[in-house]
Amino acid sequence: MSALLLADVTVFVLALLVGFEVISKVPATLHTPLMSGANAIHGVVLVGVMLLAATVTGIGGYVLLAVAAFCAAMNVAGGYVVTDRMLAMFRSRR
Amino acid sequence: MNTTIHLVYLACAVSFVIGLHWMNAPATARRGNQISAAGMALAILTTVVVLVRDHTVTLGAAVALVIGSAAGGLAGLLTARRVQMTAMPQLVSLFNAVGGGAAALIALGDRTASVFGVLDVAIGGVTFTGSLVAAGKLAGRIPGRPITVPFGRWLSAALTALAAALGVWFVADGGNQWLLGGVTLAALAGGLLLSLPIGGADMPVVISLLNAFTGTAVAMAGFVLDSTPLIIAGGLVGAAGAILTKLMADAMNRPISAIMAGGYGTGDAVAVATGSGSAAVREITADDAAIQLAYASKVVIVPGYGLAAAQAQHEAVALAEALTERGVEVTYAIHPVAGRMPGHMNVLLAEANAPYQQLKDLEESNPEFARTDVALIIGANDVTNPAARRPGNPVSGMPILDVDKARSVIVLKRSLGHGYAGIDNELYSDPKTAMLFADAKAGLGALLSGLHAYAD
Repeated sequence: MSALLLADVTVFVLALLVGFEVISKVPATLHTPLMSGANAIHGVVLVGVMLLAATVTGIGGYVLLAVAAFCAAMNVAGGYVVTDRMLAMFRSRR
Repeated sequence: MNTTIHLVYLACAVSFVIGLHWMNAPATARRGNQISAAGMALAILTTVVVLVRDHTVTLGAAVALVIGSAAGGLAGLLTARRVQMTAMPQLVSLFNAVGGGAAALIALGDRTASVFGVLDVAIGGVTFTGSLVAAGKLAGRIPGRPITVPFGRWLSAALTALAAALGVWFVADGGNQWLLGGVTLAALAGGLLLSLPIGGADMPVVISLLNAFTGTAVAMAGFVLDSTPLIIAGGLVGAAGAILTKLMADAMNRPISAIMAGGYGTGDAVAVATGSGSAAVREITADDAAIQLAYASKVVIVPGYGLAAAQAQHEAVALAEALTERGVEVTYAIHPVAGRMPGHMNVLLAEANAPYQQLKDLEESNPEFARTDVALIIGANDVTNPAARRPGNPVSGMPILDVDKARSVIVLKRSLGHGYAGIDNELYSDPKTAMLFADAKAGLGALLSGLHAYAD
């Protein structure tokens, strides 16, 4: 295993552990917004698509890139906005 | 420069962790999402800087990237802003599907052959079709009832074996893209087999699980591209999503394994008048019900999926306000899984400006029913079924609202149709229960006008 891969695996395992710990006793009211918020965070896949742009070539590669960018941007933009709309409702409760 | 970029990415990862943590409590939840969004914006901006600095992106790729992101971002933004509150769960599922799709496309576009690429394509592919089916079920485009595929389990096992074999071959062979394409097709079919057999009632749990899948797929994409922010955020969402899935399943008192096995429940309780037991049911007119409510001293409103489906939250709050003005003590009893998703009902009622103090959860509500004159149930079914207290039926052991302890019960419902669990509700044949058969919105409107006509 290369040093690079080893570092990546370390980071991944620690991220998993943090993920398990960061969600504790959540009231049921927040289950849906929390799921939506986590959904927005994996929109970070857009960063991956951007990095992919440096390697693709040819018309097939460009089409794949455009589709991937469309999907990822939709995930990240929509995810945060819809979560914010859900959570805005809690403000008006007071 | 590289050090700076690494540190900025680290700051983004920290903001995701803090954001998720703050989203555990109502008071800080919105700020949590905002700090996570700020981190995301920073991560994207930093990546733009990296790409511009490195000059490795061809003009064609740059054009494809800009057009794709702009169109996708706009589509996401517009749908997220325009969607009705009741349709949000399926939108989250749709966003999850495209996220998984994007993660799979990364491995398909990258030409290096690695086990991470295979895992990325496999998990991302399952999430893509699985989440689309889940969204379709919630939106009513696909029947909500469980759709069992003949030999579904054997088919799933065969697809898994096929994907694994093709994946191993792909890595050993050094990157034949056709083999990876085969893994993709197997994964897409696997996603369909995963979601189709599961009933509409269990969809929230499935969406949460697929959300965790997408996180994992994104982390795998991070390995393919050797990108730390993807690995961290993906791993974070994968693990947090798994815990959340467990919490959701616990709130519904259903083991995850039973949910994934599928075949449970009837899905959407579309109004089908069932003859069974209807003879023993007492009907009431809206006017009589209104009078009963007006002269009660304490009324508890129990909202359910029917209220959400009819979007009658404003009418429900208007009725509660009219009763409060007359001096009736009104509260809402909200079951943890009332509505489409856990917490859905609170969001809908808050949107209609129901006072926060009137929203009571299960533990707060149940002791109150004994001194309640009228429990008004609006489109809720299984969460009020006393059969849950007995073993041996589909709702056994589910925590329920003790509405049958109230002096009288009015059930506003379109028909005697079954809830998700697909069984008769014993509450309806209880002598103190009266049924008001109507759509939630129309029924509440009739109650309001009855209130004004007879009780003013």
